[in-house]
Amino acid sequence: MRELHTEEFIVNMGPQHPSTHGVCRLVLTMDGEKIVKIEPVIGYLHRAIEKVMENRTYMQCIPMMDRIEYVTSMSCEYVFSLAAERIAEMVIPERAEYLRVIMLELNRIASHLLFYGVTAMDIGALTPFLYGFRERELIVDLFEMTCGQRLTYNYIRIGGVSRDIPNGFEQKCRKALEIISKKLSDYEGLLNENPIWLKRTKGVAILPKELAIAYGVSGPNLRASGIQYDLRRNDPYSIYDRFDFEIPVRYNGDCFDRYLLRLDEIKQSIRIITQALDGLPEGDIKNKKSRQTFKAPAGETYARIENSRGELGVYLISDGGKKPLRVKTRGASFNHVQVLPHFGTDMLIADLVANFATLDIIMPEVDR
Amino acid sequence: MSYWPIATLEFAPLFSWLHEKLQATGLSETWVATVSYIVLGSIVFGVLSLVALYLVWWERKISAHVQQRFGPMRHGWHGWYQTIMDAIKLLEKEDVVIEKRDKIVFFWAPVICFVASFLAYVAIPWGDGLIVADLNIGILYIMAITTFTVISLLMAGWGSNNKYALLGGMRSAAQIVSYEVPMMASVLTIVLFVGSMSMVDIVKAQTGWVWNWYIFKFPFGPIAFITYIIAATAEANRVPFDIPEAEQELVAGYNVEYSGMKFAMFYMAEFINMFTVSAIATTLFLGGWNGFAFIPSWIWFLVKTLGVVLLLMLFRWTYPRLRVDQLMEFAWKFMIPVTFANLILASVIKYLGWYW
Repeated sequence: MRELHTEEFIVNMGPQHPSTHGVCRLVLTMDGEKIVKIEPVIGYLHRAIEKVMENRTYMQCIPMMDRIEYVTSMSCEYVFSLAAERIAEMVIPERAEYLRVIMLELNRIASHLLFYGVTAMDIGALTPFLYGFRERELIVDLFEMTCGQRLTYNYIRIGGVSRDIPNGFEQKCRKALEIISKKLSDYEGLLNENPIWLKRTKGVAILPKELAIAYGVSGPNLRASGIQYDLRRNDPYSIYDRFDFEIPVRYNGDCFDRYLLRLDEIKQSIRIITQALDGLPEGDIKNKKSRQTFKAPAGETYARIENSRGELGVYLISDGGKKPLRVKTRGASFNHVQVLPHFGTDMLIADLVANFATLDIIMPEVDR
Repeated sequence: MSYWPIATLEFAPLFSWLHEKLQATGLSETWVATVSYIVLGSIVFGVLSLVALYLVWWERKISAHVQQRFGPMRHGWHGWYQTIMDAIKLLEKEDVVIEKRDKIVFFWAPVICFVASFLAYVAIPWGDGLIVADLNIGILYIMAITTFTVISLLMAGWGSNNKYALLGGMRSAAQIVSYEVPMMASVLTIVLFVGSMSMVDIVKAQTGWVWNWYIFKFPFGPIAFITYIIAATAEANRVPFDIPEAEQELVAGYNVEYSGMKFAMFYMAEFINMFTVSAIATTLFLGGWNGFAFIPSWIWFLVKTLGVVLLLMLFRWTYPRLRVDQLMEFAWKFMIPVTFANLILASVIKYLGWYW
């Protein structure tokens, strides 16, 4: 009789798989249920946006930036505008700055609500998915009210914003925030003390501090590993230095902390928006020089902001023409995919799914 | 002599009419019995298909309302014939098969799954006397026949020549084998007190109002009921124990390569299995067909069973999924000790005659 033996086998998780959040392919070497090796393969969603932008005028680049990361497209528009404004040394009107902060933070909440739903679904709880989407709908409605779009907004312009908020926006926004902060306790009640949820996330896929720094992990994933680093504080942009808010930080670096940290961030974002709505000044919403024929003087700069996934940066080189010479974007998800194979080998396939979900990786940002 | 089931008050006229007609044709007793079993089998099959169809619709409605949606609304009042349309769609669909499958195993897996799920209904009493065959080993037979499902899932996993399907099949084998043990132990607690494995005897032992039902009758009842429900959830592959078909990990698990009617057979078998475990729970713990006198017994049975089904459905839409190792840990480190302790204590009490 032949001796019984076991062998490792290779599973292609993706590019079409329900929980890879886009088209990521993970080549898993597995020993039964255990994962021995993870090898991410990226590039399935590459649309050459950076190259396309070299053939567009500055204003035409903004809707292109939307597509880089469609879950928080406001922040993508913003970071490109920020880079262009820094080269052109443009002054932004007060009201426009406030509106930008409101929109950025609303978008951060929307992104985190989506995270809540999707993570819960990946761990097997199907209902929170729709709860997360229900509250996200309120924010998306606000965006639709303001700029007519629900996903790719094309709202923030170089030198300001494209249009003022309509009548009734403020009341509706406050109401939405009130509902969201009320529903947050529902969310926490649904999962935070659920024994199955705790078993699936606590102590799973721990990202140590050193590893996080070594691989350039940023955003909530870094803060969940115990490093208080947030570009809104550490490299202030816009008018974030005027608001009173905290940078939540947690120390275990496991899936549970990454999940909790994002819920904490929603609360802080609500605080920022409330303050911004209170202090919203009257005035222009756009710099006079902000036109379709905007031209940046020759020069180069790197602008970076904290979006809902981490550091989002744009390196912009201008030769003084109508079009940018080179645009390079830095997405946080790229680094998060990169760190994926280094979480240790005692992971099961279910842990990998939980890890992928709580790292909040989104593929368009990786491939661009 | 009776090959023929003792028909209830409600169904008696119909059945005796059929029986008389058959005997009047001058067939031998064996043929009469054969024909009547075929008729009965068809009736049970029809009723169960209807039940499965409506459980699908019900599950969709319940999930929708848990998630603050409407669910199916287009076909009829609140989409009442949505599943019928879905079934027609699945019938029309192309039966896509993969080239490198294991042909025989791949073909027979859904058939075995489907047939095994129906076979349990030979011994399940739908009402007072409304049973196909009152086997003296009823519950043992049901437990044995429902475990056939695991073979079909393994076959589906192997025959598909797909790694996700294989993982799903292996998971389901491990899971069902583990949870069979605590399930059997909690069932035995009841069998011990009744002193019979016949499903009819078990129900008759609970004649009377609520306090005679085994869930309330003595302290072992509730423990056995809860452990049974947990094990049954695992047995029916429902959340939080749905790891064989964990969508987010294994795409669809063992049925990933099946399409059209073959997929529908797995799908229907899943819902019938859910109904089966609920029917067993009703019979063993909730007094079976017993209830108020003026409501027909089969309605009581259906109401209780659907109540248990509702419980299982609510589990599904409110809980996350366990990981495969945690699932096994739960079975071997918690469920089995608890059910065995329960069983041993119950037998001591029974031996000493201290029960009431």
